[in-house]
Amino acid sequence: MSTTAPALNSGPKIAMRRQALVLTGLFSAASAMLMGSMLAIWLQFRANAPLRESSDGSKMLRDWLPENIKIPEVATNTMMMTIVITCIMAQWAIYSSRRSDSNHTSLALGVVLLTEIAMINAQIAVYLQMNIGVRDSSYTMMFYSITATMTALMVIGLGFTLLAMFRSFASRVSDHDLICAHAVYWYSLTVIFAAMWFVVYVQK
Amino acid sequence: MTAVDTISPTSSGAGIFGLVSEWLMTTSHRRIGRLLVASSVFWMLLVVLVGTLLSVERISSTSDLVDPTSTTQLFSFFRVGLIFGVMAPMTLGLALAVVPMQIGSQVLAFARAALFGVYLWIFGMVIVGVAYIGNGGPGGGDPQMVDLFLVGMALVVAGLIVVSASIATTVLTSRRAGMTLIDAPIFVWSSLITSISLILTLPVMAGALIYVAVDHSYARATFGATDGINSWVGWALTSPQIFLLAISTLGVLAQIVGTMTRGKQPLRGGLFVGVGLMSTALVGTVTQSFYAVQLDGELADIAKSLVPFLLFNALPILGVLIVLGLCLLAMKNEKAKPSAAFVPAFFGVGMVSTGMLGNALLRISNLKLSNTVFEEAVLVYVGYGVILSSLGAIAYFGPRIWGRKMPTIPVIGLGLLGALGIVLAALPYYIAGFTDQPASRTTGSLGDNSQIWNSVAALGQAIFLLVTVAFVGLVVKSSRDGEIADDEIFETAQANV
Repeated sequence: MSTTAPALNSGPKIAMRRQALVLTGLFSAASAMLMGSMLAIWLQFRANAPLRESSDGSKMLRDWLPENIKIPEVATNTMMMTIVITCIMAQWAIYSSRRSDSNHTSLALGVVLLTEIAMINAQIAVYLQMNIGVRDSSYTMMFYSITATMTALMVIGLGFTLLAMFRSFASRVSDHDLICAHAVYWYSLTVIFAAMWFVVYVQK
Repeated sequence: MTAVDTISPTSSGAGIFGLVSEWLMTTSHRRIGRLLVASSVFWMLLVVLVGTLLSVERISSTSDLVDPTSTTQLFSFFRVGLIFGVMAPMTLGLALAVVPMQIGSQVLAFARAALFGVYLWIFGMVIVGVAYIGNGGPGGGDPQMVDLFLVGMALVVAGLIVVSASIATTVLTSRRAGMTLIDAPIFVWSSLITSISLILTLPVMAGALIYVAVDHSYARATFGATDGINSWVGWALTSPQIFLLAISTLGVLAQIVGTMTRGKQPLRGGLFVGVGLMSTALVGTVTQSFYAVQLDGELADIAKSLVPFLLFNALPILGVLIVLGLCLLAMKNEKAKPSAAFVPAFFGVGMVSTGMLGNALLRISNLKLSNTVFEEAVLVYVGYGVILSSLGAIAYFGPRIWGRKMPTIPVIGLGLLGALGIVLAALPYYIAGFTDQPASRTTGSLGDNSQIWNSVAALGQAIFLLVTVAFVGLVVKSSRDGEIADDEIFETAQANV
């Protein structure tokens, strides 16, 4: 005699509702298009800049970056490394969240928050060290526009981290979707920042 | 029926203020959608009125109906208002109201964000309108108002992106169990494609707006001051960007035809392909390129420009033709039940496709149609075509939302009259384009027979204005005391067509 209780067949499997993840993916795509368009215009202006002789007269240079402007590369390279660390910490948050470890999730998100603040601080330091005005030239105007937009995207990410962290503090261990979405945003922001860092700070 | 939007007892108890606050703070997708559509209707009436005024002004080059210093701003307002005040919000508003219902979802994903997006758009458009009044549009004379215009446009773009993201997330995550994307109704598919297209293209516009705004606020040296707005943002106010806003016209038509034929749609997958093909206009948009063709010189040179021309101008047209062809094929079904909404929806798609064909001609350099009224005719065909299709969508989906039918004969009549109005408003400009009538100008030499063409165009604009006003009246009347809708229309609301 069978010991199994009779039961109806189960219904079709309900699709996972990963709304936060999907919305973040769309927002990341929009952010990439925003910064991509700004970088494209930057590259266009740089390519069309007139030629001038280098200070030693040995070669011709594009008259794009004014001679008196020095980009503090220590701070900008540190920003690049910091954002990579942010991604690793965001992934740690996912790892902990998957194991319903609310303490380590909060800790990881706390470190993410710190690195984000460090990046914004570094960006302000870059502005202060460069000491240039928006009106000075086309370069300075576009420099402030593109880096400030990037910083605005980071501030949005900071808000996202705060939201995820508070929910983690409240032991909402079911918020795995939100933690994943948070990490996806920072991954995409890292790629976007890397592109901007290379074009604006390395190639100049 | 759950689809009908009713006033809850709490709202009636709290009086008019309770009802208003309930509407303003709503998370109901039907209400948010209706809020967006209703706001866009206001801009629609204003834009068509301005279009009519400009057409009348053009009849005589010595006319002083409009202050000559305002004409540039009015032409600009007509374009910006039609695209960002009418086409985009009307398309997205209909999607907000209908899409969750069609995919079996009770709610809209991130409904509060969508409502926030709607408010961003409303405030943005108000700011844009104020800036225009203060001579602050592209090429405007008041620098502070130009700054205001740029801020307003940024808000409009941000609002539309948020609304699009909400729609796309709803479609991608909130379909009822077992419904795959290929099972989703065709209007849902077209709304998804439109939303994703806007999410990918509007940030490109936002990037240019940021540069132009910062430059205009501080230096006015790099991006060409007020004239720079058109140079850097103008691509978002013309084809192929406007084609992306016309994608949902295909969804509306196919949805109505599917209901008329009770789901007997041959080659249903073809409809999805057709809608998808129209979105290839996106590539031309984000690269901000027109891909013109020069039909003289060496064969290799012609081929070199012809291939991208066909790829970016002909593919979207092919998409429209596929959908039109499949819809007409489905109509051969003997059991097809006629629907009044079919008339405006069908002619709407017809106008859009005529505009797209005109755009292909515009990109043939040998014809020298750029900077003539031909370009404006393309905008009128596509823009007014989207409006006509949206009127069809309101006639079709409206009763499913407020539970009362719209009368058949007036809807058909207005659909036919609207199509006539569009043809009269745009076709003369197609002809006048070949006689080199300049775009965005009302004075000076306007080309051969310009008086005749411009008179006919003014008549067409006036007819279309009449149609829009009459349709708004019809909607208000039928939603209040129209015939109660029967259950049959609700059965087809989620029809797999």
